[in-house]
Order: sequence, then C-alpha cells, then structure tokens
Amino acid sequence: MNILFFTLILLMGAYLAGLAGSLTGLGGGVVIIPLLTLGFHVDIRYAIGAALVASIATSSGSASAYVKEGITNIRLGMFLEIATTSGAVIGAILAIYTPVNIVAILFGVMLIFSAAMTLRKKHENALTEGSKLSYTLKLNSSYPTKEGIVEYKLKNVAGGFSIMTVAGVLSGLLGIGSGALKVLAMDSAMRVPFRVSTTTSNFMVGVTAAASAVVYLQRGYIDPGIAFPVIIGVLAGAFTGSKLLMRINVKWLKIIFCTAITLIAINMIYNGIHHKF
Amino acid sequence: MNLEKIKKVTDYDMQQLIGQVLRYGVLISGIVAIIGGIWYLYQHGSGIPHYAVFNGEPAGYTSLTGILKGLGQGSAKEIIQLGVVILIATPILRIGFSLVAFVFEKDKLYVAITLLVLSIILFSMFGGLKI
Repeated sequence: MNILFFTLILLMGAYLAGLAGSLTGLGGGVVIIPLLTLGFHVDIRYAIGAALVASIATSSGSASAYVKEGITNIRLGMFLEIATTSGAVIGAILAIYTPVNIVAILFGVMLIFSAAMTLRKKHENALTEGSKLSYTLKLNSSYPTKEGIVEYKLKNVAGGFSIMTVAGVLSGLLGIGSGALKVLAMDSAMRVPFRVSTTTSNFMVGVTAAASAVVYLQRGYIDPGIAFPVIIGVLAGAFTGSKLLMRINVKWLKIIFCTAITLIAINMIYNGIHHKF
Repeated sequence: MNLEKIKKVTDYDMQQLIGQVLRYGVLISGIVAIIGGIWYLYQHGSGIPHYAVFNGEPAGYTSLTGILKGLGQGSAKEIIQLGVVILIATPILRIGFSLVAFVFEKDKLYVAITLLVLSIILFSMFGGLKI
C-alpha cells in the first residue's frame, strides 16, 4: 500500500467519520481513533493527534452557524472553558506517563459512555428559577425557537464545573472533544435546554482541543500525512451531515451507529488488555 | 431599558464576529491543507506509509520556526502543518476576539474570565516546549 492509496482510503474513512459524527452528534474525533488504530494499524499516538485536529475542525465549522443564530451561550461556554482548558492541560501532561494500552482501554470505556449518552433522553424544558451563582456569573440567557425567544435559568453551577474539569482531562488524555461529558454537565447537572447545551458543548470543544493540541503538536503527535486527509475528509463529511440532518430522521441511524460504536469500543478494550497497542 | 438595548446589540455583534472568525479560520486552514496535501502526494505519493511505529515528528513540523523554514523551501509537509496551525489558532483567536468584545461591553467579570482561559492556553503552549 503506497502513500497515495493510504491517503485516498483515509480521506474516504474520515469523510464517513465526519458524516456519522455529525448525524449522531458524537463529533468527528471519536470515530477517527478506532478508524486509524483498528482499521489502519496506525500508532494510537498519531491517532490521538489526528482526532484532536478533527475535533477542532468540526467544532469550529459547525459552531459558526449556531453562534450566529444566537443559540450558543457564549458566557456559559467561556466560564466553563476555565474548567475544560485547565483539565486538558493536566490530561496532556498525564498522557506522557500513561501507557498506551491504558489509553486504549479508557478510550473504549469513554466510547461506550458516549454512545449511551447519545441515546439518552435530554431535557427540553427551561428552568424558570436559577441558583444564586447563575445570576452572579450572568449565565442565564435566552435562545430563539420556532415559538419565539425562550428564557432559561440554570442551577448547580459547581457540579457542572466539576464534570467539565473531568471532560477536559479526558479530552487532553485521549484526544477527543468529550462532547458527551460536556452535554452531561450542562444537561443533567445545570439543566440547560437541550439545544443550548449541545451547541454550547460543540462551541467549547474547539478551545478544549486547542489547549491540548498545542502540546501534542510540539510533542510530534500530529503527522502531516495523516492530518491533511483527516481534516479535509471530516470537514466535508460534517458539512454533508449538517445538510442531511434537516431532511432525515436519525433515530434508527443513532441506534445502529451506537451499537457499532459499542462493538468497536469492546474491541479496543480487549486489545488494550492484551497489550496489542 | 435603554441600557438593556445597547447590551443586546453588542452581544449580537459579538456573535456575528465570532461566527465569522470560526468560519474563515476553518476555510483558510482547509484550503492550505488541500494545497499542501496535493503537493505532498505529488512529492511522496509512491512512498510507503510507516505509521504503525511511533517516532514523533521531527522538529521541522513541531515548532513554528521549523514550519516557517520548511515553507521557505517549498516543502509540502510544512504547508500542511501550517494549515494545522491555522486550525488550532482559530479557537484561540476566537477567545481573543471575545476578550475585545467583553472589554467594549465593559463586562469586567467576563474580561477576567476570558483572560484566565487565554492564559491557561498560553501556558500550555509555552509550557509544552519544555516537557
């Protein structure tokens, strides 16, 4: 297999990863790591570098639209980025001391968790009364819906902040956006409405991933030969996905995809336990 | 009431500005990566990939000075890495623009929060060199 062939196959794989990630809301990064390690036998460290780059690309690409529509809560995102970026720096440092097979096992567990989170029912209703801290930090806001502007308040800021720190550590350690944990923090702990929590999570992924990507770039994890087909493929896939999302019902697609992801995760955990990384 | 209105307008402006920064950052990095990628395939397309073993990339692609030096020599890999650097810089630039917007809105609390996030990332950027 020469480089031209490798690049073309990887481009196609990254396109499908971006498409699936955008249709299911899992993000482009999570699918890239198993694709590269299990599919192409690429070292997991190169895969982590590529996944980080893919996460930044999809996050920035789709966030631009949601920010302009005013759905994303910029203040909430900025405040919680204190937690995710400091977590990401810690994660990137921990990565030096963590054996690759442990990284693979952790990744598998995180993948299963993400799949479960995608299928879970989310909160749609807006809270009318927020906690004291939510007022002090000006986190309460409003967002446009088909029925007009909806005001929402949020609670349990400290709880959300703590989960975000964990999301940051895992993001730095595993090279993923940890979108599932971010949504958990905002949806389950802080009770942010679904549309706001998913778009704000997506908005934050870019900054979180950038905090660890600057470390990984300097450490030599990001290879240009892998990076360019991944960036282009994932971006094109995510773009197609965002266009398709308006027209198709993704319920069954989500179930099929999450089952597939779980099988892949089990495979990664198995290989991690048997030191095949 | 009047004050409320002014605040809303600037928040809206910030949303539009950040949206544009993200969009153009991704667009430019994608174009640079495509140019570098095509050139890379032209130069190395018939070689054999070696990614099963992790070597770490040489200094040429891991530091800004290395990348700029490679660009001067017209090396394809450094062009791709420039695209990667632009992509990583996009969200960081977004924080910079938010900082300016919060300063204009006179929102001291969020100027402080944004500065904190920015300094964590800068710490990571320059701290990473020594690790």
